[in-house]
Amino acid sequence: MSSFFSQEIPISWYLLLSAVLFSLGVAGFLIKRNLITVFMSIELMLNAVNLSFVTFAHQWHAVKGQIFVLFVMVVAAAEAAVGLAIIIAVFRARATLAVDRIDLMKL
Amino acid sequence: MNPVPDILRILPEVILTLTGVAVMLIDASLPPGFPRRYLGMAAAVGTTLALWASVGQLYFPQGTGFFGTVETSAFTIFFHVLICGIVLVALLLSLDTLPEDSHHQGEFYALIVFGAVGMCLLTGAVELLVVFIALEISSISTYILAGYRKNTGSGPEAAIKYFLLGSFATAFLLYGVALIFGATGTTQIYEIAHLAPTAQNHSFVLAGLALMLVGILFKVSAAPFHVWTPDVYEGAPSPVVALLSTAPKAAAFALLLRVVYEMFPSLHSLWSPLLWIVAVLSMTVGNLAALRQQNVKRMLAYSSIAHAGYLLAAFAGLGTSGIAAASFYAAAYAAMNVGIFAVITLVSGYDEKLPLIDDFRGLIYRSPLLGSLLIFFLVSLVGIPFTGGFFGKFYSFSAAVGGGAVWLAIIGLLNSGLAAAYYLRLALAAAQRPEKKNAEAAIPAPQVGIAVGAALLLAVAATLVLGIVPNEVLRAAEAGAHTLQEPPAQVNAPGFSVAQEPKP
Repeated sequence: MSSFFSQEIPISWYLLLSAVLFSLGVAGFLIKRNLITVFMSIELMLNAVNLSFVTFAHQWHAVKGQIFVLFVMVVAAAEAAVGLAIIIAVFRARATLAVDRIDLMKL
Repeated sequence: MNPVPDILRILPEVILTLTGVAVMLIDASLPPGFPRRYLGMAAAVGTTLALWASVGQLYFPQGTGFFGTVETSAFTIFFHVLICGIVLVALLLSLDTLPEDSHHQGEFYALIVFGAVGMCLLTGAVELLVVFIALEISSISTYILAGYRKNTGSGPEAAIKYFLLGSFATAFLLYGVALIFGATGTTQIYEIAHLAPTAQNHSFVLAGLALMLVGILFKVSAAPFHVWTPDVYEGAPSPVVALLSTAPKAAAFALLLRVVYEMFPSLHSLWSPLLWIVAVLSMTVGNLAALRQQNVKRMLAYSSIAHAGYLLAAFAGLGTSGIAAASFYAAAYAAMNVGIFAVITLVSGYDEKLPLIDDFRGLIYRSPLLGSLLIFFLVSLVGIPFTGGFFGKFYSFSAAVGGGAVWLAIIGLLNSGLAAAYYLRLALAAAQRPEKKNAEAAIPAPQVGIAVGAALLLAVAATLVLGIVPNEVLRAAEAGAHTLQEPPAQVNAPGFSVAQEPKP
């Protein structure tokens, strides 16, 4: 029993989890119809990448990977500030957050 | 020992950062009624200083600084000068065309300068962490600028589309970086170039490169990743589009050159066919869609997608000739595109009351100067000799032929012919005599101020220089190409590069 818990989780599991989270983020970005949810999907993708970075940093014993994660978090926070401000501007101008209805300009 | 102080390696960025911070702080402390134009002038002066500093970097030895994270070389200087030049023209253009009462005018200038910091840094970064941060500095500034007209319906819509798709692309780029880090244990570009061919997990390297390419191709708005471009260009203010359509693209192309030629020359057989397909798609999709546009800015948005395709054709070239042709095209495209958007800003006005091709009818009679400038820039976009556009296409397609991609060059030439159709449609509209019933009084002739005049003069001069004496610029681009081809063998990165063998 104790040997079961003392076993280390293989690196590949973390990487697989990261890939699954990233794919979920991509799927959410493409499927979801609310701006806030779409934005959250992007955050999910970034955090999936962070998980990959931490895993590789552990594998290589390289601090670089962990430093990268800190910077990604900082940048994601800055991006969130700007993104939410833009979402508020959209809501004020259009009184909706539905992606389908933000279609003043046709593709 | 590094003989050049590290700070000099990023001198243009330092100057731009200080300018941006100063403009922002002074804007906050000025009384509300104070004219903010002076801040724009200060920003333009700071950008000019940064341009000088970039040129000054030629006078000390090339190399890396800050533990092998940033580089100064002929390549980075070429793109620094290009980006600072574009930003300067965009600032001059905004000085005269932003309405005096527009909100947050000081922030507008500060954001342009901050965007320039990111773009300049992006071209000089040789460490993927710095690449990521620089890319985000430039992106976040431009997201805000795209939505500057926030009281219109299309302003925030342009910003949100640009923001969502831009961040989506950044996430892909970042995942690619993570996988490359996982395969090689480092994020320093020279070290990756050294380690990638022998990496144990080669599939990670391949996937990492593919994901990075997706992210970068989004930023240059190449064909399968171009959907945001027309909407953003239509909704953003025209002076911002003059910047958006050129400077971040030049920076992203510099990054693309660095990634494929410096980081992964070993994977030429993978990225070369990919970029071939993207180039053909971009040209064809861009030109076909541009043919049926009525809005001038949308038409030029699709045209910019096509131009990204022509530029990508240069990537089929072998080493030096390909890099030099791509750099030259970036400069030529920037000169003519900034110029044409300057004209459009003046004709359509800040509020864009006259956005359609029909609104440009008879422009040459209303304003002979703007009409002839519009036709001049359109002629350059078509690629007629004695303009920058001609030599850009010429070098790009000859690089492709030199690299054995004859079909790519043929498709490019056919596309250029197709593109002439819609450029000439606008040119003909501008040259047509206006009908009698809507007399000239209906549409007042646009005024050309001093700052806009200077901006137009710079754009015209650049387009002509690139078209008449292209050799000097091409030589600078070739010098840059050489530095990209032969990176320094050793990077002194004490204490930072701690890559070891992975645990068994």
